[in-house]
Amino acid sequence: MADKSAKENKKNNSADAAVKENGANAENADVAVKENGANAEKKDNAAGTKIEKRTAAKGEVVIKTEHLTKRYGKKVAVNDLSLTIKKGEVFGLLGPNGAGKTTTILMLLGLTEPSGGTATIEGMNCTRDPLGVKSIVGYLPDNAGFYGDMTGRQNLRFTGRLNGLEGQELEERIETLLKRVDIEYAGDQKVGTYSRGMRQRLGVADVLMKDPEIIIMDEPTLGIDPEGMRKLLILIRELAEEDGRTILISSHQLQQVQQICDRVGIFIEGSLIVQGTLKELEEHIRKEGSYLLELSVEPLDDQLLGMLYQQDGVKKIEKEGDKFMITSKKDIRPTLTRFLGENGYTVYHLHQRGGDLDEIYRVYFEKAGQADERSSYEKNNKKRRRFGGKKKQPVS
Amino acid sequence: MKKTTKNAEGSAEKRSSLFRNGGSSGDAGSAGKSGEGQSTRRVSGFTGLSALFRKEMADQLRSRRFLILLILIGATSFASFYGAISELSESTSDYLFLELYTSSGSSIPSFMSFIALLGPIVGLALGFDAINSERQSNTLNRLVAQPIYRDSIIIGKFLAGTAVIATVIFTIGIAAGAVGVLVTGLTPTGEEALRIFFFLIFTVVYIAFWLALAILFSTICRHSATSALITIALWIFFSIFMSLLAQIIAGAVYPINTYYGQMFNQVKYYTLKLNLNRISPYYLYSEAVSTILNPSVRAVNVVTTSQLVGAISSYLSLGQSLLLVWPHLVGMIAEMIVAFGCSYIGFMRQEIRAN
Repeated sequence: MADKSAKENKKNNSADAAVKENGANAENADVAVKENGANAEKKDNAAGTKIEKRTAAKGEVVIKTEHLTKRYGKKVAVNDLSLTIKKGEVFGLLGPNGAGKTTTILMLLGLTEPSGGTATIEGMNCTRDPLGVKSIVGYLPDNAGFYGDMTGRQNLRFTGRLNGLEGQELEERIETLLKRVDIEYAGDQKVGTYSRGMRQRLGVADVLMKDPEIIIMDEPTLGIDPEGMRKLLILIRELAEEDGRTILISSHQLQQVQQICDRVGIFIEGSLIVQGTLKELEEHIRKEGSYLLELSVEPLDDQLLGMLYQQDGVKKIEKEGDKFMITSKKDIRPTLTRFLGENGYTVYHLHQRGGDLDEIYRVYFEKAGQADERSSYEKNNKKRRRFGGKKKQPVS
Repeated sequence: MKKTTKNAEGSAEKRSSLFRNGGSSGDAGSAGKSGEGQSTRRVSGFTGLSALFRKEMADQLRSRRFLILLILIGATSFASFYGAISELSESTSDYLFLELYTSSGSSIPSFMSFIALLGPIVGLALGFDAINSERQSNTLNRLVAQPIYRDSIIIGKFLAGTAVIATVIFTIGIAAGAVGVLVTGLTPTGEEALRIFFFLIFTVVYIAFWLALAILFSTICRHSATSALITIALWIFFSIFMSLLAQIIAGAVYPINTYYGQMFNQVKYYTLKLNLNRISPYYLYSEAVSTILNPSVRAVNVVTTSQLVGAISSYLSLGQSLLLVWPHLVGMIAEMIVAFGCSYIGFMRQEIRAN
């Protein structure tokens, strides 16, 4: 019922839509940037040159990789990756397990030496100057571990000390962060007793201890229940929007990540297949001429079918349950809706596929598969199946 | 930089009160692209090392493992002192107080030999899971993502372990001496006290070697059980089997089971056996501390009767005793550095992965 395209038009009214709709998110981010600009200007006038420098920094590229390559023996883990991430952006690095996401992150942190190419963060070479990088980048590893026989507070205190914090400042920061990630009640419990969700939130607090400008999260949503996930995603979004931190998330869980990312990069077998905002990716797919429209109307009669076939660019019409699946070369919605309205059809469901990442992912996977068929046909098949299982079913 | 990008005034306030205090906030925030700005944010390597050192130290001291070790070493030390005290009346030495540490009585080994045998356990227990437990619990990758030099992790662990060892050894050595004073009424002379002090220093170096060895295997092995087993095997080998092995090898190289063999090979045989034995830190340590604690030991190498002709029968002064065992100390330190160096290189070259 709540058709996606319809929702897109109403996005500003609905708070719910803002979370669920990626398009809306991008718009939100735009708004945020504008506000930021205004805000910064205000401060600029007030506080002079220091801030001027910072304003200049806004929107600049903070993470940049050029032809970054990592080989383990013969296996190419990361292949010629060129990526730029701008300040204040939430970037989703998406790809199946073993695609090279973690390796990329490790190279960004200077924990692994690239076999070729360079990675820079805020102008610092990640390999040459790992300490400088690590002092402004917070890293939440996949399945972050804590010292189980220390309490949450003690763990945070240790991290704080490693970052050169001491005394009052350290304690204050621990308190505010525990509050912020909502595990204040468990601050004095041993981490060994924490649930996975709690540990993950402690992980976020741990990353924030150093007050990083850039946060890199490796599979942050793995193994968390839906409610915990929702909270975590909201928190991550806040970190970008309210604090202005740049966030790089690696994940294979598309649904979660597409809710909060400004831009995504799809990473398959060590190569970045495509990157851009969700809208751009969507457009890109459309240009390739594969529109898939789901349509459910009453009555389902021959007149309708005939009309559909007459449409320019319609390639295929299939019936799936009580829905038509229409594959076309271009967007037929404008003519279709006019026709339906004029002829008194009742529309139950009208949904242009391709707006969600699953679809984008599917298409790019297929492309990658075609390009690299001989090497990994089977693997890709497996992957497709894996992601197919999680495909969002459109609500009708 | 990040402050400018806050979009709402409310959150801006929240954050500045959250994180930054006054002046440092400006500095840190304005770091920007300028090199010197960044260095204000940058944490010096020493900060990381001292934080790690403190944490490791606290971990060790609070652990149950440490308590058990303390009880083990404490109990055996006092048992050996008990034996030594019961034998003291038989002694003719001028250095009676040192006899407390060196003499064995009532079939209880001396304090010195107890430490030589059991000391390694302390080192092993403190170090066998130093690195691999961090790896197993996924804390290592979080640790290496902090702005610290990677080597400060392993150095911090080694230094903290050594500090714990020094604390334990000096505590027990001095406490045992104090008990000796209370029970026997003997008071150590200045030289005796110094000799005991050097003995304790040697002991710390000796145990630190075992700690370094344990850390080495904790770097190499994925599971702490494996590394524990390997280090225990080495401990048993060096303490028990090394002397047998040395004897066999020396016997094979310079046979002395015939009359001729004895005539020609005896000195060579004993020298080779001694040198082989000295590979073992256990032997090196035992030899060194028995020289330090026993001023009547005049030589540590094989000495022929002809060489002894004309020697004055008296005690060695402390300086002379130390001169005898100086190479031993260097040898032990060298072994410790080799073990630690290997673990250092191994650790630095290792790939830190999430799994």
